[in-house]
Amino acid sequence: MVRFVFLIFFSLVMFGAIARADDDPLAGLASGNYDQVAQAVTDLSQSGNPRAATIITALQNSQLYYLPDKTLVIKAADGSYTNAATGEAVTVPPADDDDPDSGPQQVRLNNNVRIAMDAAMGSLQLMDPDPATRLSAAGAVFTAHNPAVISVLDKAIAKETNASVKTAMEQARAAAVLSSDGATEDDKLAAIATLRARGDQDSRGLLQGVANQPGKVGAAATAAVTSIDHILQLWSIAQSVYYGISLGSVLLLAAAGLAITFGVMGVINMAHGEMVMLGAYVTFVVQQFMRAYLPGIYGANLIIAVPLAFLFTGFVGVVIERSLIRWLYGRPLETLLATWGLSLVLQQAVRSIFGPNNRDVDTPAWMSGATQLGGLTLTWNRMYIILFAIIVVAALMAALRFTSLGLRMRAVTQNRRMAAAMGIRTPWIDALTFGLGSGVAGMAGVALSQIDNVSPNLGQGYIIDSFMVVVFGGVGNLWGTTVGALTLGIVNKFLEPIAGAVLGKIVVLVLLILFVQRNPRGMFPLKGRAVET
Amino acid sequence: MKLGMSGYIAILCVLGGAILLALLNQLTPASSAVHVPTYVMALVGKYLCFAMLALAVDLVWGFAGILSLGHAAFFALGGYAMGMYLMRQIGTRGVYGNPNLPDFMVFLGWKELPWYWYGFSWFGFAMLMAILVPAILAGVFGWLAFRSRVTGVYLSIITQALTYALLLAFFRNDMGFGGNNGLTDFKDILGFNVQADSTRAALLVISALFLCGAFLVARFVVDSRFGKILIAVRDTESRTRFLGYRPETYKLVVWVLSAVMAGIGGALYVPQVGIINPSEFAPGNSIEAVIWVAVGGRGTLVGAILGALLVNFGKTWFTGAFPEVWLYALGAMFIFVTLFLPRGVMGLFQRRSKREIEEEMPAAAAAHEVTG
Repeated sequence: MVRFVFLIFFSLVMFGAIARADDDPLAGLASGNYDQVAQAVTDLSQSGNPRAATIITALQNSQLYYLPDKTLVIKAADGSYTNAATGEAVTVPPADDDDPDSGPQQVRLNNNVRIAMDAAMGSLQLMDPDPATRLSAAGAVFTAHNPAVISVLDKAIAKETNASVKTAMEQARAAAVLSSDGATEDDKLAAIATLRARGDQDSRGLLQGVANQPGKVGAAATAAVTSIDHILQLWSIAQSVYYGISLGSVLLLAAAGLAITFGVMGVINMAHGEMVMLGAYVTFVVQQFMRAYLPGIYGANLIIAVPLAFLFTGFVGVVIERSLIRWLYGRPLETLLATWGLSLVLQQAVRSIFGPNNRDVDTPAWMSGATQLGGLTLTWNRMYIILFAIIVVAALMAALRFTSLGLRMRAVTQNRRMAAAMGIRTPWIDALTFGLGSGVAGMAGVALSQIDNVSPNLGQGYIIDSFMVVVFGGVGNLWGTTVGALTLGIVNKFLEPIAGAVLGKIVVLVLLILFVQRNPRGMFPLKGRAVET
Repeated sequence: MKLGMSGYIAILCVLGGAILLALLNQLTPASSAVHVPTYVMALVGKYLCFAMLALAVDLVWGFAGILSLGHAAFFALGGYAMGMYLMRQIGTRGVYGNPNLPDFMVFLGWKELPWYWYGFSWFGFAMLMAILVPAILAGVFGWLAFRSRVTGVYLSIITQALTYALLLAFFRNDMGFGGNNGLTDFKDILGFNVQADSTRAALLVISALFLCGAFLVARFVVDSRFGKILIAVRDTESRTRFLGYRPETYKLVVWVLSAVMAGIGGALYVPQVGIINPSEFAPGNSIEAVIWVAVGGRGTLVGAILGALLVNFGKTWFTGAFPEVWLYALGAMFIFVTLFLPRGVMGLFQRRSKREIEEEMPAAAAAHEVTG
């Protein structure tokens, strides 16, 4: 028995001796053993060696080699070598042809080493003068959660003045504490509280790791995991709502013009989707033109495209109304067929001019990228589209309510004969109203060119949805259209994770069909005598 | 029931033409000048099925004022019922040679036949389904829609939503109807090879017979007392209601009848084209069916058949000769017909009864003015 214990003790000593082959971490790097390399990287970052960052960067870029005598060298891009420890230039004899081991050997990496490197660079950069670098370093240290860096973190936290960086460092420290074996129970409980406050998927993973430990730590961790699950669920609901609002704003943009032509005028414009498509192509043409002739202000191309798209599609709308639709007032079903024919002609015309393939429309730099808000990922282009939808609808409502044209439009809608008797030129108002609706569709096209393929079929994908939104919201009511679009968007996004994207859409369509049965005039029906015609 | 001159001509042309084509194909050698190639026969058979769809659309649009933008859904459902029967007839001759499962199910790794495929090995059951499934769908949909007085444009839009929802549903592989690719690679129908010339000839004649049958049924319905009330509902629904009729019942009956007609058309269509896939549900197809009726002349029945044949011959010719121009031509046709030919091609032949038209038009307009 005694012998056995002795044997174990002896082997432990031996093992320790192998693991810490040398106190000099540089020797560990040259060992060729992944575990020892990883350990050496961590040790190096702790050692205070002024060349530590240079060496680890070289290792990250696969520029670190060792010679047969275990001297570490860094190979520069031009093929020259410098001594890693001193920074002096060295000449390296070329490898013997018979023995490849005689030349410089690259220090190889595996995932363990990479994690150790990230943590090491993180801990080295924790003292960086730039707060952004320190923040990302804290993030790297958090992900690695190596207990060895606790002391470095303590120093960094003591010096830190930036509040958000300090929080990140404390979270990184908590992660490291939780993974260390030597920390006291109180330290661990404090760490659990910190991670619980952070409350994201990574913290949950760390806490889950200690949740089955006995005693207070395990209990606290379990409670924290439950709490984080709760928070994450709330965030995922918030994210669904955001996606829903985003989809809703797209639907709203597509349907806003239809709310004018169909909702206010009662014209079933099946070519509405093609107006959206024309708006997207205006964006394409504007971008082509500006790239060729005005590269200096190219970044503003969307801002220029919006009014141009409005004017162009508005003009097309007026032409359509004067040449086609005015003959068909009071015959909604015939209007439907004629405008469907028109949509085929417009599609084919665009196909003949621009070709059947998708056209590239750039996203300006200020619209790309994303931002993080708590647990939410918000992409800029979606944010701008939501904003744009709000502006368009607000402008449309203001135009209908406060301008003289809007007043006449409402008068003609409510009582055509009376309006005519008051001296309003109703045919012109019809044309302008239709032009307004088409112009709004064109502006929607500019927005949709940012998130959808610009092809001759662009409009077809939106026409059914747009009609659904207008019918759901209640005809002749912009508020109804807004609420309808947002409701449909959000319902769709909530059904998607449960039922899948396609089935979710089917369910929405079926619900909508049933809804129209119950409320044939939509959510916000117009009241009064005009409704029954 | 009076068929009128145009009715007799239509039956004679459809039936006589189909039989003539079939005989010329079967009895003359391929080298003969009057020989009809098989592809022409298949093409004409396809048009006759489309004509049945047009007839169904005309029955509800022309006589009950219900503009359906989703009638192709009933056509496609009937087609799927026939397609399922034909799939089961393949048996072990599929690519995977599985005796129990169609190829696409083997491909998806399914182990057993879904319950809704049971029974489709029997022709009678499949044909019953080709009638029942569209009828039940139309019945439920119509009962809900007409009872809550969803009319006009709103009804058109929700019929479009219906076919769009079905389009999306049938695209899904999980539905068990072959997903994107649909059902194809058929071998036998009732023991006869679907590819064989003689089967094609028989299918053509059967399509013509069914088309004439559907025409007679439609004619009978619209000329009966029931049809008169239907026309009253079309012209002023509220006035008919005030007179004590229940417009929703009349509309529902004709709606279901029309769906069944479309379903039979679809069932005949599938063996002749050899494939059925979800694109048949595309909203554009339904709208195209409406334009056939509009071109031929809404509310004439004969016009629906004529329109379907004319437009589809035109489509075949155009897409062969000038593929670029077809969509322009189709679009222009929509616009031209609605603006300048409100009574379609049949309107051109009805000059002598112009007095009659003028008498009925102001009456309907006046009625509309009064009751709204």
